[in-house]
Amino acid sequence: MLRFLVRRTLGAVVILLFISAFTFFLFFAIPHDPALLSCGKNCTPDNLRTIHHNLGLDHPVPVQYYHYMVRIFTGHRFSTGNCPAPCFGYSFANSEPVWPTLMDRLPTTLSLALGAMVVFLLFGLGTGMLAAWKRGTTVDKVFSSASLVLSSMQIYFVGPIVLALLVYNNHILDQPKYVPFTDNPLSWFNGLLIPWCVLSILFTANYTRMSRSTMIEQLQEEHVRTARAKGMSSAYVFFRYAWRGSLIPIVTILGIDLGSLLGGAMITEYTFQLAGLGRLAIDSVTKTDLPMLMGVMLFSAALIVLFNILVDAAYAFIDPRVRLS
Amino acid sequence: MTTMTKPGEFAEDAAPAASDAFLSVRDLYVRFSTEDGIVKAVDGLSFDLERGRTLGIVGESGSGKSVTNLTVLGLHNPATTEVAGEILLDGQELTGASNRTLEKLRGDKVAMIFQDSLTALSPYYTVGRQIAEPYVKHRGVSKREGRERAIEMLEKVGIPQPRMRVDDYPHQFSGGMRQRAMIAMALVCNPDLLIADEPTTALDVTVQAQILDLLKDLQQEFGSAIILITHDLGVVSNVADDLLVMYAGRAVERGSVRELIREPQHPYTWGLLGSMPRLMSDVTEPLTPIPGAPPSLLSPPPGCAFHPRCGFTDLVGGGRCATERPELPDGRGSACHLTGEQKRSVFIETIQPRLG
Repeated sequence: MLRFLVRRTLGAVVILLFISAFTFFLFFAIPHDPALLSCGKNCTPDNLRTIHHNLGLDHPVPVQYYHYMVRIFTGHRFSTGNCPAPCFGYSFANSEPVWPTLMDRLPTTLSLALGAMVVFLLFGLGTGMLAAWKRGTTVDKVFSSASLVLSSMQIYFVGPIVLALLVYNNHILDQPKYVPFTDNPLSWFNGLLIPWCVLSILFTANYTRMSRSTMIEQLQEEHVRTARAKGMSSAYVFFRYAWRGSLIPIVTILGIDLGSLLGGAMITEYTFQLAGLGRLAIDSVTKTDLPMLMGVMLFSAALIVLFNILVDAAYAFIDPRVRLS
Repeated sequence: MTTMTKPGEFAEDAAPAASDAFLSVRDLYVRFSTEDGIVKAVDGLSFDLERGRTLGIVGESGSGKSVTNLTVLGLHNPATTEVAGEILLDGQELTGASNRTLEKLRGDKVAMIFQDSLTALSPYYTVGRQIAEPYVKHRGVSKREGRERAIEMLEKVGIPQPRMRVDDYPHQFSGGMRQRAMIAMALVCNPDLLIADEPTTALDVTVQAQILDLLKDLQQEFGSAIILITHDLGVVSNVADDLLVMYAGRAVERGSVRELIREPQHPYTWGLLGSMPRLMSDVTEPLTPIPGAPPSLLSPPPGCAFHPRCGFTDLVGGGRCATERPELPDGRGSACHLTGEQKRSVFIETIQPRLG
């Protein structure tokens, strides 16, 4: 297990290096000078040169990349202030330090993603398993077709409709907003209820379909038949024998979904005006804010890679055959 | 003794009434509805089995052997399967019995051993737990007692160091050991009827012999009745008392092992014997396979289902083989239009020399 984790972590480092280099060089492929942003309206060539120098933009791109990567681990003293490790630099747009901004946005995204996960796992796996249990009945048909319809509902379509119905027209719920859990758990819950549900619609539908099909597949496994031949009750066979096997594909997809949700549920955060990582990513792209963009990209990528490692570790808990190899 | 014995041959236990048998299957029909049509997987099958006896059911893939036995346990898919006929187990009617009733029988009174122990055992639970489960359920004992019983059973089926191996997962066992574990699982509640569906097919030959010996020993100890399903006449002739040869969902010949091996009557049985390699025969002598392939059960051939592959239809004459379905008589006999005299002479003159 330890060797496995070490190997996976090394692999993750390589992946992150690759992603960072790719993002960095891609940014400089855009024909746009980030210094113009700080330079303001009355920009003289002298000013621009100074800013270029201050931002380190007068070095060749590979050198800039090298400096950037080294500073993450060593920290750096900029003209704007001291930046301790992990140092991702300062925003070109508003001179805010990148890492504290990320940490500031993270709780919003974390609350949104994990809360939505609870909702879509509960409903998705629940309805999927019920549909598999009642395979071929009306219940199954209703759930299966409903999930097909819902999985084609996009957030930017459902979100505004829900907002219009529940918030603006009927005032049933408040405008979604993020209140830290530690400040007021109830406000935290109320503020995120609509985003959770809207974000979950798509995911619930996908998880319903997936858990239904993997359960049905598992129920046809020979070892499940053996369990029935031993006289185990249908419920026992269903929940002990078939369910266990159906977890593996579900956990795989969950790892990917959760990683990308934590990296920023961009559309959802944008739709509900929540200041999370996804929102930050969009803003930094539109403002050509390289340090912020790099920070968000690397952080999201690290989360996705981390969740993939967690998924692999979870396999070992689910399937003893993985444990030993 | 079953009804398969020639009346009078063994006077002391001859020809009991069908109702005396421990398992009595009468006119069993099993039909699956599929997208292509209705599959007649079992088409009017009858047989009896008594306690302490072993019945071998032989036939090619798709002859209805496995389906018959899954139906006995009620393990078919009720949504797509239609079952008609009688399955009497110790006087209890099993066709149409409720799932609850069947759940109580499965693993307790009737147990099953499956072919591929790698896929038939759950990879997610320890061998010990899987063995103990039916015992805990049917005997209502604690998990600890179940575990003790599992260790006892593992020892009984010849697993070394059972106390250590009980917590292993199936993939940590070798193929032969897994099959032993599956036998332990099937026998944990001392079933009265054990159905073994190709229990040795996935194993190599030396292990095959060990497993068959084990089944025999355990039968002597527990007095169970065994149904041994196989396509291998060699396997079955070592273990079984009686044989039932199935073709296209129907029984085509039955009798004691001795009768069937010494003087088989049905051309299909001849074919099965002819396609079996023999240790004593000349290696240059080719095996004689049965020509053609088993018929589709969606639309079995009219008359005798075997007639398109049979080399002796000319002897019957009048095209009866293609139009009229031969019936299988009770007791020793075969479902074939050839007369008893023809069967004997064909076997002695044509088949036996080929078998060597």
